[in-house]
This record gives sequence, C-alpha cells and structure tokens, in this order.
Amino acid sequence: MANLRCNLGGIVSPNPFWLASAPPTDKAYNVVRAFEAGWGGVVWKTLGEDPPVVNVSSRYGAISYKGQRMAGFSNIELISDRPLQVNLEEIARTKRDWPDRAMVVSLMVPCQEENWKAILPRVEDTGCDGIELNFGCPHGMSERQMGSAVGQVPDLVEMVTGWCKRYTRLPVIVKLTPNITDILVPAAAARRGGADAVSLINTIQSITGVDLDRMCPMPVVDGLGTHGGYCGPAVKPIALRMLGDIARDMPDLALSGIGGIATWRDAAEFIALGATNVQVCTAAMHYGFKIIEDLVDGLSNWMDEKGYASLDAMRRRAVPNYVHWNDLNLNFRTVASIDQQLCIGCGLCYIGCEDTSHQAIRVSRQTGGNRYEVIDQDCVGCNLCHLACPVEGCITMVPQRSTSPALTWAEHPANPLRRESQQ
Amino acid sequence: MADIAACRLSAEELAANFADANPPLTAAQAAVEAQRCFFCHDAPCIKACPTGIDIPSFIGKIATGNLRGSALTILEANILGGSCARVCPTEELCEQACVRDAQEGQPLKIGLLQRHSTDWLMERATTPFARAPATGHRIAVVGAGPAGLACAHGLARYGHEVTIFEAKHRAGGLNEFGIAAYKLTDDFAQRELQFVLGIGGISIEYEQALGRDFTLDTLRRQFDAVFLGLGQAVAQGLGLRGEQAAGIRNAVDFIADIRQRPRAEVAVGRRVVVIGGGNTAIDAAVQARLLGAEEVTIVYRRGPEHMSATLEERRWAQTNDVLIRLWATPVRLSVAEGTVAGVEFARTRLDAAGRLIHSGEEFHVPADMVLKAIGQRGLLDPLGGALALNGDRIAVDSDQATSLPGVYAGGDCVPGTDLTVSAVEDGKRAAEAIHRRLSA
Repeated sequence: MANLRCNLGGIVSPNPFWLASAPPTDKAYNVVRAFEAGWGGVVWKTLGEDPPVVNVSSRYGAISYKGQRMAGFSNIELISDRPLQVNLEEIARTKRDWPDRAMVVSLMVPCQEENWKAILPRVEDTGCDGIELNFGCPHGMSERQMGSAVGQVPDLVEMVTGWCKRYTRLPVIVKLTPNITDILVPAAAARRGGADAVSLINTIQSITGVDLDRMCPMPVVDGLGTHGGYCGPAVKPIALRMLGDIARDMPDLALSGIGGIATWRDAAEFIALGATNVQVCTAAMHYGFKIIEDLVDGLSNWMDEKGYASLDAMRRRAVPNYVHWNDLNLNFRTVASIDQQLCIGCGLCYIGCEDTSHQAIRVSRQTGGNRYEVIDQDCVGCNLCHLACPVEGCITMVPQRSTSPALTWAEHPANPLRRESQQ
Repeated sequence: MADIAACRLSAEELAANFADANPPLTAAQAAVEAQRCFFCHDAPCIKACPTGIDIPSFIGKIATGNLRGSALTILEANILGGSCARVCPTEELCEQACVRDAQEGQPLKIGLLQRHSTDWLMERATTPFARAPATGHRIAVVGAGPAGLACAHGLARYGHEVTIFEAKHRAGGLNEFGIAAYKLTDDFAQRELQFVLGIGGISIEYEQALGRDFTLDTLRRQFDAVFLGLGQAVAQGLGLRGEQAAGIRNAVDFIADIRQRPRAEVAVGRRVVVIGGGNTAIDAAVQARLLGAEEVTIVYRRGPEHMSATLEERRWAQTNDVLIRLWATPVRLSVAEGTVAGVEFARTRLDAAGRLIHSGEEFHVPADMVLKAIGQRGLLDPLGGALALNGDRIAVDSDQATSLPGVYAGGDCVPGTDLTVSAVEDGKRAAEAIHRRLSA
C-alpha cells in the first residue's frame, strides 16, 4: 500500500485529502464527522473579527448538465457567521481529540497590521497546525476590501503574508484568487511575503444562470441575485492550468491544489502537476464525507499499480511536460482510427467533422447501417471525433511515425521571426 | 353446457387487470431517459420508423423542456403519434435500431418518450395545426381507421374538404376495435380521433358501407378523389366441421367486444384455446386471462421464429400465464350438444422440402371457448373488380395510387406490413399525392 502521508510547508497529514475552507468545515460537529470518515485534514471555515458577518438565505446555485447535478457549483455565502471565540474553542477541542489530522485555520481580517497582530496569537493558542489566508473570496467580503480585493493586489498579498509570518510561528498558506490575469504575480508576491505554501484556486466570479420566470440571476434572494464564487468539477481545467503555471515557474513553492477535485483520479492529476496535497469541497457537499474512502484507496491502488511508493514519487511528474505552445513539435502527426467492430453507428464523428471541422470522415450507406471511415490524408488529428464518440475505445488517435525531426514554431520556416532568420 | 361466463372477477380486479399495460413516464423519468439519447446523425431509429419521425429531435426537445416542439416534430410526421407510441412494436422498429441497444443492450424508450410528448400536447391543445384556406376540393375517404384518418388530416390541412365513410358506428378502425384494451386505455382512440378532427374540414358518415350504401362509382362521380382505407374485414375460418358450435369465436370479435362493452359483460371460458401466432392471438389470449379464464393456451402450427407476434408480445403472454404450444395444428373440434368441448391437434413439423406436414401424433386440449386468430382478409367484393389487385390486396404504386385514376388506397387493404404506423404512412403519402394531383 502506497504511503499517502504528506507535508505541506510543515503541516503533516496522514493523507493528502483536506476539506477546503467552506461550509463543511464551519464547526466541530462537521469536522469531527469528517475526521471519523477518514479525511486527512481540514481548513476551518474562514474566521473573521466579531461581530460575525450575517449570511443571506438562499446561498448556492449550480449548473446541471445532461442529468449531471452540480457539475458546476456556486455560493454567495460569506465567512463564518459564528462568534470568533466559539470557533476558536471548537478548533482547540477538535485538534486535541484528533492530533494526527491537519488542522488549518482560514483567516480574513481587515488589511491593518494591528488586526492581524491581534488575531494571530488567539489562533495559535488553539494548537492548530497552520493558517490559510483567505485572499480569494470573490463576493461580499471583497466589497468590504477583504478576500479577493486583497488577492488581486500583489503588494497587499505580500504585505499581509509578511505580517502573518512576523506574528505567528505557524506555517502560512496563502489562498489565491483566480479572478486575475496572471496567477504568477500574486504567487510571487506571496512567496516574497514568506508564504510556506500557496493554495489555489479559490472560487471564480460567476452567475450560474438566470431564472427566466423571475428574470433574476441565480441563486435568487428575495427577487434579486448577485455574483457568486464558482467551483465544482467544471472549474478543474482552470485550476489545473493555474497550478501548472506556478509549478513550472516556481518549483520551490509548495502548492495545495483546489478546484473541482471529486475523485482520486482528479487528485492524482493535481499532484502530478505539482500539488503537495489537495483540498475538496463541492464533491463532499454533493455526496457527503464518505467519498474519502474511494479518494484514499483509489489513489493508493492506482499508485501501487503504477509502482509509486509515495506521493513524492509521483509529484510533479507531469510538470516537465507542461510547456508553452511554442515548444510543441509541429512535425508531430496523429490520425483518428475507427474500430468498426466497436462502432455503433451514431454518426457523431462524421457530423462533427463534416459540419465543423475538416471533412475527414466519409460515410457509406450500407444495409445494416452507415459505415464511417477516416480519410487519413485529410485528418488533421484534432481529436474531435475521438472526444465526441460515445463508445470508449472505438475511435483512437494513432500517432504517425515521422521521418522529420521535431520542429517547433520557433524553428519553423513559416515563422517570420524564426531563430534561423535572426541568426 | 360449456363453462362460459362473464364476471369471473370483481370490478376491482377487472379494473386492475385492464389498467395501462405500459404506464406513461413521469416527467422525471422522461427527463432522465431523454438525456440518454446521443442525438445521432442520420439516425438509424428514423430510418426504422415507417413514418420517418425525427426521433433524435423530438427526444432532444424533451431534454430541453420544449415539449410543444417535441410533440409537433412527432405529429408533423405522424398525426397518430399518440396511438403509435402505445401500439407500435417499437422493439422491432425504432428501438431495435437505437444505437444504445448496440452499445449497452438497452435502447432508449422511444415509444414511451413519444407518448410523453404527444400526451403533453393533447392535454393542452385541440389541434396544433392550422388549415390552409379552403380549396373547394372534396375528397372521399372510405374507412375511418388509421390510414383513412391520416389521409383525411393531411388533406384537411391543405384546405380540402374531406368526407369519411365508416361502415361501423364508431371511428378509429383497429385502434378502436382491434387492439387490446390495456394498450389504449382511457378511451384513447376516441380522444385521438377528436384531436385529428380538431383541424376542421373533416366530416364522418357513420354506418356507411362500401357496396351496401354507396359504390366506388358514385364516390368517383361526387368527389375529386377517393382514398380507400378498407382494412381487413373478414376473419379466416378453420375449415373444420363444427365450427359453428357455441363457444367458438373469431378472436377479433372477442377483442372488439372487450373494447366496446362494459368489461363485466364480456363472457369468457374457464378453459380457453386460442389458435394462431400473431399479435391478435396474444391480445385475445392475454385478455381472456385478464377476464378470469383459468387456463389459456395458444396453439400455433409452426415455431417461435415463424410467429408474427413479437418476442415482447410472447413474453407478455407468458407473464400473464398463457401457455404457448408450438408445432401443432387443429384437426378436429370436439363438440357436445352443439357446444365446443375441446380441440384435437396434430403435431406438425417441416419436411425436407420445408413444407409443413403432420407428424401423425395427435393430442387433445379441452376447452370451453375457442378463439380463432389465424388471420384476416380484405372484403374486396364491393369493388366489383374495378381495381387491379396484388394477391388479395389492392395494388398501389409508391404514391398509394390504385389502377383507377383519382383512387388511392392504403393501410391493411394494400400489400405491406399490417401496422398502425404503416397505415398512417400510407394515408399521409396518399394525401400528399392527392394534393399534388388536385393542385396540378
């Protein structure tokens, strides 16, 4: 059985699966249930200063796609709406009862040094393992100059991170907002401020839909709607890309991956692209804490199968292969191949190629159904048919043997700025 | 005295037995099922539908909640989409072609989805179609079955005036008289008839039979075109002595009785033998069981692969405890005091040349009631040889035109499969051809 222990900036947990700072970690009752189920750690729902914030009723929205509920999920909930002292006492008690689990406390107070200086010792007193700075919440709190309003200003990220490093001995994780143009800039700011790790992504500003009867953005609060923070399986590609950018450019910065992780396979992908551990929320909110069982043994079984003895053995394995477009080989060619034995005759490969791509699939009408065949010389290897085909393994992309050496855009004759011409 | 009686079961049992055999999908079920459709290009299911309904489109519209659009997609191609959704042998048509069947052995429930959409619309609209301005053309349609109604509706949409002559006291044809009650519950055939007539421009003359009340010649003189949807009016006989004995009936009459009379009034034997291998045999046998017969046996002279009843139908019969005996043909009727007491069957087999022969072995099946379901034929005598025939049916071309100019025919009185959906297609195609002829 593979070793799933991990250490994120000095915070150790028995497995890499933490519950993200969110409603599932709002109080001891939930967190204890999560630990009983087997979660490796939690980031306690963000604490702020008293008096606590007030939340609205009607807080979540979601995208359902072709029968899949909550493919994308959004919330307009704010930080913890319980008194600070209540949270601190529950954190202390829960950490005492579950010493082997990672207990990280998410924080958000105004951008004043005294405010941070005041709250940090109280948090440290709980015996928690680290803090996470919520620079990501994109709704409500940002309108009060906190959350993503801080995360979007690199100087503020650096400054607040610096205060935290000064006023607590606890490891500091900076949670980054994706609502920016270049994730590398706030990540670098966090590193300059002394962050032990960054976690990403926080939620994406979003409107999940419009209620066409009430003509109102969703979720609807008494006839009105506001933008929320988007997460869930739909955001995973966005999260992976931002994570990959940091992993590639700042290999020394520890990363906690967040964004649409629902299965062990998702987690393996984040870890392969540089994450030390992962944080989960939407999947747990959808199915309950029991999903940890498959997250842990699915990852472990897969690692055993692949021969990875520990997470370190597989971490960052995909990072070297994440390159800029300019570094791709333009002489590479792949061609679709249809397995006629597996083909069920739905024609989706054909119509997609015919209407929207390269007219590289021909149809012959035969008794017993249409036969679809790839016209090899016209196939540009775009993958569309392979992606649209509903039968697993029916359309495969076959890399073609190339007689030419790899050729990037930088070297390509069609590139007016190619290196040769510059020489 | 044969043991034939009505009211073998309580009113509650009868109501339960004759409830919808294939209940409608709930909105939630329809939504889940519709999501399974791949929205195939050049979809095999469309090609498998005699009326060519654009099945992926109507299912896609269910998935998006566009039920009106979904129903119109169906009804544009098949105005009797509601009854076809209920009575089509979908397992041999669209659902057999569904690529999901090839992929996972579980086709889309196309029939039930079609019912979902058409029911939705029929609960909300008398007709979704508008009539074109009146053309002044008048067309006679003989027979108010699926073929005649489809033809009449198509013509009425174009603004023509249609008179339907129906020999019976009610319209609907086999949908009204010839289909098992549990397939078309809640008087669906009549509700659908009203829906079809909702377009306007169609009148029905009841109890007007060709050859008795009018002739083809009169119709040709009085109307601009004629469509014959005569159906198959005459049940075949066994050709055995004693066939007139009490307790022996045509299965089609028994089925019509169940549709036309209060169920508690329909008499059924304690032991029933049904002779035949088609869906009529199944409908008669199962309904005999549901009326309270204790033992019901279908006897068919060949093997399962030769039965015209579909596998689905045979399973349905077996689920209802009907015994199906194969490779046996009736040779004698046991009649006592003018009443049937049983049937002697000879076992059959195929000889080397593939001909059906008696094997020489016989067996007896006691029966209080014998239902004959060995096929029907058309009543073509009233046509007086005016039309060219193809076998014992009216010959038609691809426009459903007969050998007489201006006379068209469709449904079970012409060659081809005897299905409601095929009859609708015939009627639809004839309407198009007649309209073209009149517009020329």
